[in-house]
Amino acid sequence: MNRLPTLFIGFFATFLTAWLGLVIIPYFQFGQLEPQVDPDTGDQFPPAPTGLALRGAQVYRASGCIYCHSQQIRPADLQDGHNRGWGARRTVPRDYLYEKPPQLGTMRTGPDLTNVGVRLNDAAWHHEHLYAPQSKAAWSIMAPYKYLYTVRKIEGQPSPKALKLQPPYAPAEGYEVVPTPDAEALVAYLLSLNRNYALPEAPVE
Amino acid sequence: MSTSSPLPDLNDAADRSAIDASCRLPVLTFFATAILWLLIGTIFALLASVKLHNPQFVTELPPGVTWVLNQLYPAVPANIVDALNGSLTFGRVRPAHLNTVAYGWASTAAIGVGIWLMARLCRVQLRHPGFVTAAGVIWNLGVLLGTGAILFGESTGVEWLEYPPYATFLLFIAYAMISVWAVDMFVHRRPGHVYVSQWYIMAALFWFPWLYATANILIHHQEVQGSASAIINWWYGHNALGLWFTPIGLAAAYYFIPKVIGRPVHSYYLSAFGFWSLALFYSWNGGHHLIGGPLPAWVITASIVASVMMIIPVVVTAINHHMTMRGNFHVLEYSPTLRFVVFGAMSYTLASLQGSSMAIRSLNTVTHFTDYTIGHSHLGLYAFFTMIMFGSIYYIVPRLVGSEWRSATLIKIHFWSCAYGIVLMVLVLTVGGLMQGLMMRDASIGFDKIVENIAVYKVFRSVTGVLLTVGHVVFAFHFLLMILGMGRAVGGPTLFRHPAKP
Repeated sequence: MNRLPTLFIGFFATFLTAWLGLVIIPYFQFGQLEPQVDPDTGDQFPPAPTGLALRGAQVYRASGCIYCHSQQIRPADLQDGHNRGWGARRTVPRDYLYEKPPQLGTMRTGPDLTNVGVRLNDAAWHHEHLYAPQSKAAWSIMAPYKYLYTVRKIEGQPSPKALKLQPPYAPAEGYEVVPTPDAEALVAYLLSLNRNYALPEAPVE
Repeated sequence: MSTSSPLPDLNDAADRSAIDASCRLPVLTFFATAILWLLIGTIFALLASVKLHNPQFVTELPPGVTWVLNQLYPAVPANIVDALNGSLTFGRVRPAHLNTVAYGWASTAAIGVGIWLMARLCRVQLRHPGFVTAAGVIWNLGVLLGTGAILFGESTGVEWLEYPPYATFLLFIAYAMISVWAVDMFVHRRPGHVYVSQWYIMAALFWFPWLYATANILIHHQEVQGSASAIINWWYGHNALGLWFTPIGLAAAYYFIPKVIGRPVHSYYLSAFGFWSLALFYSWNGGHHLIGGPLPAWVITASIVASVMMIIPVVVTAINHHMTMRGNFHVLEYSPTLRFVVFGAMSYTLASLQGSSMAIRSLNTVTHFTDYTIGHSHLGLYAFFTMIMFGSIYYIVPRLVGSEWRSATLIKIHFWSCAYGIVLMVLVLTVGGLMQGLMMRDASIGFDKIVENIAVYKVFRSVTGVLLTVGHVVFAFHFLLMILGMGRAVGGPTLFRHPAKP
């Protein structure tokens, strides 16, 4: 193996097999899926994400949520999440067809968020939790996402959007904590997370 | 070709030092910036680690810094304080850690070691040093822009591919420049034997741009649909380790082990067999990161099979290295390079066999989503790869700057704090991860209880991280002395102890 062409043909051929197998074939097999349309109501599953939630997905990515939270439910035989109320069924490729790229995750330092919009559906809770996670669960080791919020002096009427925080998380007297547009988008995205609908390939049992 | 051909190096010391001199600027550029990124990556690692058991740790800039920035208004925009505070959040420093150590430290050191090895093994002076140095500058600019983007909220949120397109483009250009240069070197090499290290380096330089371009184009530009994008993501993530760091690490091990002990590699055929079986199997491994995930079973199964098949190249390489070392283990007592490299080579065997076991479904479903995986990746990228890079740098730098390492004690501190640090860190993460995974399967244990039960392991992990930090600071300081011309000018190489003494 002293000649460049011989070596390069070997490099090329070995790598080509995996490139075809793990990139190109998957792209054609499950890279062009269509949503499931309910013939009676015309509803589509998964539902297409809308404006604010779409923007929130970007905030989710840029904030690094994926490093602690997964968004996938494994099959029932793996005792994965079904018994923790994280999801009614395993997730399948079609669940992620609008996600470019998906936030499947590799770590569960925190709970899975595949269906967080179903089990925690209160926007105010999410805002308070993002600003001061330990105000909602003392045991939580989640990082406070304070940069998504503005602490400002109350001028005139307090904002209706102001977070209802209890001491020691509440701001100083005369100040209020209000969400930035990024925070509102992120919470809209979290509330939109619901993959408990049935698909032909993944019925809800 | 003989089964035990000697290292195809030059006998003529003058030729060798002319080659080393030609490498001086580009290789030192890569090494110096690599070590700088190592320090930065270590700071991010400590921040991320401590935040996992103390979430209120450094959530905003120190009051003094904030005050100074506020005084500079309007020269400094008012929202810069908010932006900087945001950049200290766990979700930002955690990916900043991965990217600075993977692209800033490990890749930059790998290129530095790779180009020096290419020059030595092609037996010609490094061609176009200005071109190679320029690639180093572009590479570092890419890492700087990409890391800045993560810290200020422009991460793509794709693990291992967090850098936005403008940064990945620079990295790709720099990398392609090195690849083209390597082909040019190879074409102009002195005739004779092609050594196994050269296959690994040439292969890595051929595979990585293809890998990097495919993943970035399909995930960020073509925006392939969800699950197809996930498999491409992990095909990339695993191959970055398997087809980039591993080949360079093995190339260095194959070079330095025989070089230091002064005897040829045990078997040419085992070298070739190990190389081609690695090339064939490693590239298929990525899918084992998605066991139980939303993908067709065949993709996962193919990756599990390939992961288990990795036992072949790993065991073959381990046997080859062991047989080369046989009868020479006493050299570990005095050669810093050999000690780091052999530590790395042994960790390679361990990390790879662990990796094969983790691809097996029954174990994977427990360890996936836990710190066990984090322990495994540190066993691979640190105990194997980083330790080999340390050993290589200890060998190469004196030949570039023309003086010896100042102090054997500093090297000793570096070795032991990193060796103890990484072994303890992997143990802590492995045990903590197993507990986490087993508790996760038992729905009667609430999530709050899991977090509380494994908290102590997260504290231990930070402690082991401090050990690594000590090693890195000592190493960086020692390297700085060498760069400043404050090395030892006379006498033989700096050894842990003199071989003649008992």
